[in-house]
Amino acid sequence: MSSWLDKIVPAGILTNLGTKDRRSNVPEGVWKKCPKCAAALYKPELEKNLEVCTKCEHHMRVPARDRLTMFLDANSQTEIAAEVEPVDKLKFKDIKKYKDRLAAAQKVTEEKDALVAMKGKLMGIDVVAVAFEFNFLGGSMGAVVGERFVRAAKVSMEQGLPFVCFSASGGARMQEALTSLFQMAKTSAALEKLKQQGVPYISVLTDPVYGGVSASLAMLGDVNIAEPGARMGFAGPRVIEQTVRETLPEGFQKSEFLLEHGAIDMIVNRHQMRATVCRILSAMTHQPAPVAEA
Amino acid sequence: MNPNYLDFEQPIADLETKIEALRLVGNDNELNISDEIAKLSAKSVNLTESIFSNLSAAQVSKVSRHPLRPHTVDYIASIFDDFDELHGDRHFGDDQAMVCGIARLSGRAVMVMGQEKGRSTKEKVARNFGMPRPEGYRKALRMMQMAERFKMPILTFIDTPGAYPGIDAEERGQSEAIAYNLAQMSGLKTPVIATVIGEGGSGGALAIGVCDQLNMLQYSTYSVISPEGCASILWKSAEYAADAANAMGITSSRLHDLGLVDHVIKEPLGGAHRDADLVAASIKSTLISQLAELDLMDADTLLDRRYKRLMAYGLSS
Repeated sequence: MSSWLDKIVPAGILTNLGTKDRRSNVPEGVWKKCPKCAAALYKPELEKNLEVCTKCEHHMRVPARDRLTMFLDANSQTEIAAEVEPVDKLKFKDIKKYKDRLAAAQKVTEEKDALVAMKGKLMGIDVVAVAFEFNFLGGSMGAVVGERFVRAAKVSMEQGLPFVCFSASGGARMQEALTSLFQMAKTSAALEKLKQQGVPYISVLTDPVYGGVSASLAMLGDVNIAEPGARMGFAGPRVIEQTVRETLPEGFQKSEFLLEHGAIDMIVNRHQMRATVCRILSAMTHQPAPVAEA
Repeated sequence: MNPNYLDFEQPIADLETKIEALRLVGNDNELNISDEIAKLSAKSVNLTESIFSNLSAAQVSKVSRHPLRPHTVDYIASIFDDFDELHGDRHFGDDQAMVCGIARLSGRAVMVMGQEKGRSTKEKVARNFGMPRPEGYRKALRMMQMAERFKMPILTFIDTPGAYPGIDAEERGQSEAIAYNLAQMSGLKTPVIATVIGEGGSGGALAIGVCDQLNMLQYSTYSVISPEGCASILWKSAEYAADAANAMGITSSRLHDLGLVDHVIKEPLGGAHRDADLVAASIKSTLISQLAELDLMDADTLLDRRYKRLMAYGLSS
């Protein structure tokens, strides 16, 4: 039943007004503020809605493991190359030690590094899917990300299973220096081999994808898909602004811009991701079209 | 300050100025003065030796960007014969930051290419300071695929601060252009030798750097991000560029020790610009002998070897 207040104040205003006050009154961890529209969202509901804001449709970042769980069929997953773990070969140290940064990232994310790889089923079709963990040092690509990626691609090749990658990354991992740069060549070469063998590869860009990851594995999909509002580019907006000394156009490097400039094939809402990818992959592999999910 | 010398070379510059001044007054008291010149010249060599025997990564980075350092077009002119430059990506335009063409290496037909920074101010602008746009990478790939068809080896020269970070470059797919080159180069059925001659800046360098043999000139650098860029992100200030250069290990000797670079080509004392012909001759003989080895492999062996090299990057042995 709606109160007298609902009748006199439009919903949007009430939402915005309510945010601050309500936040201070609720137990920590039950509500999440949408970074785009600032609406306070009830976490269990948000989770059910695949981390898409129920008010403005903003697609929030999703941890790698959750991403694969929401993408693949329930109880169908087997992890690939989990045993590959990071080594600080250079003993790299900036204001913090790389070793300590790794330990901190591992603690926060409960992952060993920034890529999780799984074999599993997508609406009944066998696939290999990998996802970047953005909270692990900005999803940066170092030796472990590269190695897990090519091992997953190898499972794809050997078993003839379509390969899907959800990228979210700031680029190459500076603390691994040239080795991280060479992961671009390594992952791209594995994808080229996959292509030669006629195995489909779908690259899904999720916000954000930059630098060494966009300029390698993320832009090499047979089909490149982006989530709404995802940003992708080679150079970040700040670097470009400093170089060209111009203000960047509205929506620069966002998925709508990417579609307009021919960089991606389609923009797909998270709720349609499973069905869309499955439809395309089943066609590419000449399997029966998927039956729509309830 | 003498612009032909870097900051840490100023003591050498001062000595050289003195020597030059002595030469000008050379006519009176000839004997004494030539003695003095010889003494100072020896001192200058010693000083150069002592400075260059112990360069920090940041100092090497400065040598790699020395204003007199030979560029791609200089090496093409001195190493090869009958160079015909070929232009354009056939889709959008001709990127002058990337120079490509057919030439002869000691009689043998080859495809050569590399980033070119330009020398004069006007030329630097025309060549965008050696920062290619997507059309530059697509031109390079067109030439590589042509080389494959006509069974020419591909010789690339790397010298770039990086791929151009601009609005137009993003609009035309800078990421895709680089990514596609990386993928395609891994499967080219012809030998590829890459030589870093100056600055090997990130993905913009690697986009012509997937190869069977990776060389670096002694005082060149190769890194995932510029020391300044790395410092401003990890140290929150570009002032720490020297620390970043050191931490990343961007020098030829360090990268050779790490097994990421196959061969280091020595430079004359003081850097390549002190004797560009000598460096060109070293590069030439290196390329000839490396090609002779790669020639012994058939296409499948070559591709298999290249793939295994790529897959081995980052594996802890």
